[in-house]
Amino acid sequence: MSADGHSSYNPSTGIERWVDRRLPLPRLLYDSFVAYPVPRNLNYWYTFGGILTVMLVSQILTGIVLAMHYTAHADMAFDSVEHIMRDVNFGWLLRYMHAVGASMFFVAVYVHIFRGLYYGSYKEPRELLWILGVIIYLLMMATGFMGYVLPWGQMSFWGATVITNLFSAIPLIGESVVTWLWGGFSVDNPTLNRFYSLHYLLSFMIFGVVILHVWALHMTGQSNPTGVEVKNKRETVPFTPHATAKDSFALVCFLLLFAYFVFYQPNFLGHPDNYKQADPLVTPSHIVPEWYYLPFYAILRAIPSKLGGVIAMFGSIGVLFIVPWLDTSKVRSAVYRPLYKQFFWILVAVCILLGWLGAKPAEGGYVIAARICTFWYFFHFLILLPILGLYETPKPRPASIADAVLGGADGEDGGAAAKPAGATAAPQTRG
Amino acid sequence: MMRATKLSGLALAAIAAFAFVFSAAFAAEEEGGPAHYPLKHPHHVDWTFSGPFGNFDPQQLQRGFQVYREVCSSCHSMDLVAFRNLASERGPHFTEAEVKALAAEYDIADGPDDEGEMIERPGIPADRLPAPFANKNAAAASNGGAYPPDLSLVAKSRGVERGFPTFVFDIFTQYQEGGPDYIFSLLTGYEDAPAGKELRDGMNYNPFFIAGDQIAMAPPLSDDQIDYAQNQDEDTANDVPQTIDQYSRDVVSFLMWAAEPHLVVRKSMGFNVIIFLIVFASLLYYTKKKVWASTPH
Repeated sequence: MSADGHSSYNPSTGIERWVDRRLPLPRLLYDSFVAYPVPRNLNYWYTFGGILTVMLVSQILTGIVLAMHYTAHADMAFDSVEHIMRDVNFGWLLRYMHAVGASMFFVAVYVHIFRGLYYGSYKEPRELLWILGVIIYLLMMATGFMGYVLPWGQMSFWGATVITNLFSAIPLIGESVVTWLWGGFSVDNPTLNRFYSLHYLLSFMIFGVVILHVWALHMTGQSNPTGVEVKNKRETVPFTPHATAKDSFALVCFLLLFAYFVFYQPNFLGHPDNYKQADPLVTPSHIVPEWYYLPFYAILRAIPSKLGGVIAMFGSIGVLFIVPWLDTSKVRSAVYRPLYKQFFWILVAVCILLGWLGAKPAEGGYVIAARICTFWYFFHFLILLPILGLYETPKPRPASIADAVLGGADGEDGGAAAKPAGATAAPQTRG
Repeated sequence: MMRATKLSGLALAAIAAFAFVFSAAFAAEEEGGPAHYPLKHPHHVDWTFSGPFGNFDPQQLQRGFQVYREVCSSCHSMDLVAFRNLASERGPHFTEAEVKALAAEYDIADGPDDEGEMIERPGIPADRLPAPFANKNAAAASNGGAYPPDLSLVAKSRGVERGFPTFVFDIFTQYQEGGPDYIFSLLTGYEDAPAGKELRDGMNYNPFFIAGDQIAMAPPLSDDQIDYAQNQDEDTANDVPQTIDQYSRDVVSFLMWAAEPHLVVRKSMGFNVIIFLIVFASLLYYTKKKVWASTPH
């Protein structure tokens, strides 16, 4: 599965040879995580894939143990979570790791996605890799949403009510769809039960798509900050020990952030109302989703019509699927795209602003600001990306990674002199 | 390059101006619009359990429990707390014997027994603290229609929104005592209604209340209302003032412990974990440096 297509695995013991002839799993792992060549110029923004994998495993492990102590029933769910917090040995640690872990998972995934947008990682030949990533992100959102319902607090209940009600905007069949989702005529015990079942299922579906994501990654090889494809072996280093060491360091730094929140601020990212048991008769003064959905919530509320809001909200994720074709520039990396680079940072700012607006009541100046930001979000992807690629003058790019990293000294043997191949190495004039 | 820097500067300025304009627009609206509650923001109290080395003071929690028991518990339940929890070493730390004796003072509804009859028996440490009312409706009916909430989690389920940018600073100052500060401010914040303010029947004026300016709960505490057990012994050195302020501090600390009984273990474990991770990260950093030493990247 290595990028150059042939395996360098050399079973050294009899047992390894025996296994390799029957089930070449050790070979697969060796080629994927030891010999796998990675560009030597990857920076720390490229360590978040590994971090995400660890976070996913952490979520699954803590989740499995929590499930042993949790009771998915409208009358008992809230108390069973408190039972975990109070009476289960280290139950508080498991639950805080799981709840804070979900937030950290999203922190990492946002860095990962924006890294992809910055370095143009979605471009040919990595379109499927990118699309699989967007699918993982969608699954994460569904999983996170349903997981937040399980403690059956006030925000769980009312969040679930608001979000499931969105489907009533579908013309003609909307109401029936909502009843079908609820398993009744309001969010109630059947809803909780199915969300629990699906929450458990979806985490493993994410795991499955992650395997496809990594597989696709290993087919094309990693992109890199220059955006110039790897041209020869000298531009890469073996995954182990190079990437392993770098990823491990980055991972432990990330775990420091994770631990800080788990042990010192475990409820900072949650909402106090979720420590009140769900009460269908008392509506919280304003209902807010978890922080990682806030930009989308802002988009939803920015559109005056309900159906329009729902379409815009799903569209804001849907548009990510076609980014590889919206971006017409032949240059991958924003490093060499002076205009795109600025619009990238504006997009980051707009997304953060949308997040802040999502937490504010939908009134007055907030709505106007949310509309401007929503407009800009879609403008960026649907108008700017196609146009920029046609009119932007990219800066001169290095002919190869070797050229960029090793300088002129290595230029002769395969660097600058080598004939550029493939779309990304097209002449350095406008795309 | 010059052009790029200029443009990004321009873009940043545009965003800043944009943010400023609509936040100003909002501020103007806030002044004219409906009142936002609470009218007064909670006081910041110096709690023993705040910060990275936060701890509970067992004596304070015992006093707090006394306040709960003699005052709050006549209306408020604490369904999630069992008598045995009161023996918790990093909590109120009552002795086993004290907890046993305390539980036995209560009659607990139980049954059916061997004859099929429902019975009342003396409490045991495994029992939860009994609720003052049989059910939610009875509680509401006896309190003018306002249901007195269960207090087990109240220290975590209340909090006044901190707003931007304060909530960002809170990450670094580890401020997470919004609940305790709010309850303390509420308990000590009762005032006479300002002139011209009509109070609804049975309501009380409290500018710290999060859901309006009037609250159904009457001022629960008054000076010298409770004779602290701690003040009854010969030793006057450990006496504490019997004031609303002190009662409130004590009962709120007790409520925080009840809401987060493993808080102290959590924070002390956190310190070890963070130290470990810092050491581990520095080892990995030098490992990484060594691995990449001869690899330009």
